[in-house]
Amino acid sequence: MNERQVSNFEYAPAPESTSIVNIKSEYGLFINGKFVAPKSGKRFATINPATEEVLSKVAYADLADVNLAVNAARSAFTKTWSKMPPAERGKYLFRIARILQERAREFAVLETLDNGKPIRESRDTDIPLAAAHFFYHAGWADKLSHAGMGTNPKPIGVAGQIIPWNFPLLMLAWKIAPALATGNTVVLKPAETTPLTALLFAEVCQQAGLPAGVVNIITGDGVTGSHLVNHPGIDKIAFTGSTGVGKAIARAIADTNKSATLELGGKAANIVFEDAAIDEAVEGIVNGIFFNQGHVCCAGSRLLVQENVQDEVIEKLKRRMSLIRIGNPLDKNTDLGAINSAAQLARIREISDSGDLEGAERWSPECELPKAGFWYPPTIFTGVSQSHRIARDEIFGPVLSVLTFRTPQEAIEKANNTPYGLSAGVWSDKGSRILWTAQRLRAGVIWTNTFNKFDATSPFGGYKESGWGREGGRHGLAGYLKAGN
Amino acid sequence: MIVDGSEGSLKQFLRTLPPVDQVGAEGRAAMLATRSIKTTSKNWAIDLAIRMVDLTTLEGADTPGKVRALCAKAVRPDPSDPTVPSVGAICVYNDMVKIARTELDNNGGQNIPVAAVSTAFPSGRASMEVKIRDTKDALENGAAEIDMVIDRGAFLSGRLGEVFDEIKAIKEVCGESAHLKVILETGELVTLDNVRKASYLAMLAGADFIKTSTGKVAPAATAPVVLVMLEAVRDYYKETGIRIGVKPAGGIRTTKDAMKQLVLVNETAGPEWLTPSLFRIGASALLNDLLMQRMKMRDGYYASPNYVTLD
Amino acid sequence: MRIDVKKTYKLFINGQFPRSESGRVYEVKDSKGKFLANPAQGSRKDLRECVVAARGAFSGWSSATAFNRGQILYRVAEIMEGRSEQFVAELVAQEAISASAAKLQVAKAIDTWVWYAGWTDKISSISGATNPVAGPYYNFTIPEALGVVAVFADGKPSLLNMVAGLAPVIASGNTAILIASEKYPLSAITLAEALATSDLPAGVVNILTGKAGELVSWVGAHMDIDGVDASGLGKKQLTELKVAGAENLKRIHSFNELNSPLRITSFMESKTVWHPIGV
Repeated sequence: MNERQVSNFEYAPAPESTSIVNIKSEYGLFINGKFVAPKSGKRFATINPATEEVLSKVAYADLADVNLAVNAARSAFTKTWSKMPPAERGKYLFRIARILQERAREFAVLETLDNGKPIRESRDTDIPLAAAHFFYHAGWADKLSHAGMGTNPKPIGVAGQIIPWNFPLLMLAWKIAPALATGNTVVLKPAETTPLTALLFAEVCQQAGLPAGVVNIITGDGVTGSHLVNHPGIDKIAFTGSTGVGKAIARAIADTNKSATLELGGKAANIVFEDAAIDEAVEGIVNGIFFNQGHVCCAGSRLLVQENVQDEVIEKLKRRMSLIRIGNPLDKNTDLGAINSAAQLARIREISDSGDLEGAERWSPECELPKAGFWYPPTIFTGVSQSHRIARDEIFGPVLSVLTFRTPQEAIEKANNTPYGLSAGVWSDKGSRILWTAQRLRAGVIWTNTFNKFDATSPFGGYKESGWGREGGRHGLAGYLKAGN
Repeated sequence: MIVDGSEGSLKQFLRTLPPVDQVGAEGRAAMLATRSIKTTSKNWAIDLAIRMVDLTTLEGADTPGKVRALCAKAVRPDPSDPTVPSVGAICVYNDMVKIARTELDNNGGQNIPVAAVSTAFPSGRASMEVKIRDTKDALENGAAEIDMVIDRGAFLSGRLGEVFDEIKAIKEVCGESAHLKVILETGELVTLDNVRKASYLAMLAGADFIKTSTGKVAPAATAPVVLVMLEAVRDYYKETGIRIGVKPAGGIRTTKDAMKQLVLVNETAGPEWLTPSLFRIGASALLNDLLMQRMKMRDGYYASPNYVTLD
Repeated sequence: MRIDVKKTYKLFINGQFPRSESGRVYEVKDSKGKFLANPAQGSRKDLRECVVAARGAFSGWSSATAFNRGQILYRVAEIMEGRSEQFVAELVAQEAISASAAKLQVAKAIDTWVWYAGWTDKISSISGATNPVAGPYYNFTIPEALGVVAVFADGKPSLLNMVAGLAPVIASGNTAILIASEKYPLSAITLAEALATSDLPAGVVNILTGKAGELVSWVGAHMDIDGVDASGLGKKQLTELKVAGAENLKRIHSFNELNSPLRITSFMESKTVWHPIGV
């Protein structure tokens, strides 16, 4: 049954102005401190997924361009960056952090245009976290003897970094900040559908006076990415994206000396015990799966609710879901934005439809979806069992599968019964139960009585097929250092 | 409700209420505070907020002159603009009720109720006899609303039955002729769990409205506190079919503050509560800020305090 | 020929610049014997006010996020960088060093400040721990700010010593009272001006100029001072301080290294918490 909130208090449109951004009609590749045309001359369009209008045309980097970028990074590493006193390296990162803070509004609007996420999220979450990530890592540059990698650890060299489209600038920060702080240089490939904030970041590097070649940004597609992975001049790969591609990378580098950190998919269990603070747990469920349209590797996509509070929780959840405002991402009151691409929308539909076919019960609040653009309503499926595809496959959209459990032990077994192991949530008012559950969950990030919290100081990464290594915190430095004394 | 009026059953019931996670509640309140209320919705909300104001003066130095001036303002907040609605109520001390009622009646304010604070406001430290006498006094002088305080000492030391019985007794004195607001003084209760428990206790004992504060103690009507109280009336309605009102008081000084309150109501208890019969705002300085914002919306440029009356 | 407007050097207490309540000043000459300034001569009552201010500011500063403290400290460095020339001029005048040596010291002082700013959100990663106790308990040790710390920084290089004393103390959330070098006090007040214009909450740092020696026994005996960086004191004064400080078991330390996380952790306490693990 669909419920509709009847409200006289209609929030009038409150659009954020786009006059602050200045999107060029086309971009080059950022190699060796400058924007250069792609060797092939090929470019491809990037669109606003909320309206399908073309925002710009960005360059397509082929093997020749990848070559140029890797050579520039190598040269910068050997001649400049590895010779620079660590404190001075840190100062560049402080500068970058400060400029990101100064231009925060511009970045937020651009991120929303290119990605489709609500302006409130890019303004209040993505951009501040990105700046904080640079700020945190700036301070590590001259303190690496305390990183736990020996008294004199060394950088690995040149890192090839491939990032996804769900948090474009934030994922860029998670890759570039630790790499540079530890003395490496980078070639970064942003996702095909979200290149614009990475290209604007290149301008920030220029404003900060970062030496040429330390950061190189090449736009392209999966083929570009594999050229980067396979390039002999790359010492280390950092990849965030699908598990399938992660495995392909692991295979590709098997007979090389390259190291890799991989941050892959997830199908996190969000466990709500009977003694949870119910209203806050409902907020946490909503945040866990509908934040960023569910395009989150660590999304709480499986609600595991204790059977004796199931009715109360689901009833409150449905009521809460009918308050979700879906629409123009630039509107400051929008809660749920656009799906990032037609391809992703098709994937979401395909897997969700399997839920209907396999006998689960679908529910969405009544909502008006815009005509143009890619949209999916916030959706829950109840009556889901472990064998259902919607309980096993990562949907990467605003779709929650609801399962139940009777005992804590059963919750643990169901939560762990997956090849993934990125994150989990636990809701209970009892401290010892929280810790007991956290102790038994096989996941790299466990949120208790909260969800989707990120901090530069807090290591992030998964068990099992959710990847290798950690990002953030002291632990996150290890992926970019060779131990030494 | 499985409460038979005995302290034992009351304590049992309150223990079964789900806990409140402070950080989570604060997070929800903070997210709702980002709502941007513009243009037509802002116009509508400002007028609604004006209609919800319990225009208040509760000072030792209050005089008949001060109260009369307040009443004139309550009826016609902006003498230069007749489209501005009247406020929700006048809120004064007991011995000013008659003056207020007379002044309102003589100035076209017959529809504006007078709310009196009683039961040894603000501390609540007096005998039950005195509190009942205090309440009767106000009612006899023309108060249609009573804002009572709970005994926080009794609450914090676990004598919940006493708190319950006091509210019940005052509600009996009010009868059908006056509505009873129960002030929880959330600043002294401190935890959100206590706010939830006290809200339920007051509702079970017969409150028509639950109110955050006396305005004499800070912190007063913070967003997380109001959130928890709105959740309580929402859930209470689901269980009983009865809608109880909520009144934040203290610390709400600007239009922005008032907008945040209305958003909290809209997205917690629901739009049914967006009416002065179920939501009031206890304030004094707020009214002028609402008027100045209203002027800005009307004229398109920022107003100055020179153009709103002091009282 | 333009006559310049000379600076008055007052104390820095609770975010403001008062004169000494005693009304005293003392004459500071440059290395050539020429008159430089009459900085305030701080008294025990000024010290008392500093402690009140520092104690008042402690709760807010220590409960600010590490990120927030790091941001503010970095901002101080930005302001100091802008005032480099003033710092250089004062050091040249007081310490009888060349302009290039003074520039080097100022650069090093700013970089040291930045070094400590970068520690705020990392110190608990290296000095905190989860401890694998032999039982079903989650056990963690967390470092916490100590409280009000007095810093005696003396001797050349005066600005650098001051920064190396002050920055680590406040990075972790302590509040501080800096007792400037008696012979080279001017940079301390210019530093105060940088602190006052950088979002640092009032009372987090308080600075007294004057006869440092006079204040040693008062600092030592003050029951509301929790720790002292005594790096700038001679042996006799240090002993005097330790004897007086024993009354409330002040944490008293001296350091040789300018850059060391020990300067942070020495003024922190460790709290270990146990919590059972059970369903």
